[in-house]
Amino acid sequence: MTSVTRVYRFAASHRLHSPLLSDERNREVYGKCDNPYGHGHDYVLQVGVSGAVPETGVLCNVEALDGYVEDKLLRWVRDRNLNDWEEFGAVVPTTENLAMVALRRLSDGWRESFPAGPCLARVRILETERNSVECGL
Amino acid sequence: MLITRKAEFSASHACHRADWTAERNREVYGAASNPRGHGHNYQIEVTLEGEPDPVTGMVFDLKTLKDVINDEVVEPFDHRFLNHEVPPFDRVVPTPENIAAEIWRRLERRFSSPPGPRLANVRLWETADLFVDYSGPSR
Repeated sequence: MTSVTRVYRFAASHRLHSPLLSDERNREVYGKCDNPYGHGHDYVLQVGVSGAVPETGVLCNVEALDGYVEDKLLRWVRDRNLNDWEEFGAVVPTTENLAMVALRRLSDGWRESFPAGPCLARVRILETERNSVECGL
Repeated sequence: MLITRKAEFSASHACHRADWTAERNREVYGAASNPRGHGHNYQIEVTLEGEPDPVTGMVFDLKTLKDVINDEVVEPFDHRFLNHEVPPFDRVVPTPENIAAEIWRRLERRFSSPPGPRLANVRLWETADLFVDYSGPSR
């Protein structure tokens, strides 16, 4: 089993605050991350693809992957506020939810863009050097 | 339980097939197809899976693991032009995918005697932005 993982970086801001919870409960659950003005991170995104290595020895055309990830994700997130995404109206942009949304955005249209493979296998997002969330298909 | 040991080597390679035209090579491998080669500081992470020995508390002796990685990979690969000096890369294009699989093959034979640990994964970092994982042939 071979997988290839490409690493990307972007800076974005967010506020962890659920409209379904009281202000007090938000503060309890999200702590400092509930600060009304939001705050930001230098996120690291890892996109992993997998499949059988073809005769060329190249499982993943890195240039094509870079273009795809830029188009589907990075241009929407770079230097933006995550709370402005339609997915994060009622859903709080925690790293867990961001990883799931990122995986969903990348899955949508994957097969049309990579008909001969590889498969999208997983997304990992590092919020800081010490926190990361991985979400697989 | 999984234990992972890191190592690094610097080597040059060219992603180039002699049986293809220069145009076709450039189409598939891009700038990496320059037959004169270019280099990377490769990093590898070798992961073994096993249970700690009840007496020593170790899955495997990490010094021995370091020596095995050194003998099988670092020594033969470090400061070499992979295509010209390290078989099978005279016939197999040294893409990171193929290098990871070759490192697996070299190490796997050293970890295939139960009850010792088994080789679980080889991760090859070609640059800080790209790595390949190989965990053996698909079953």
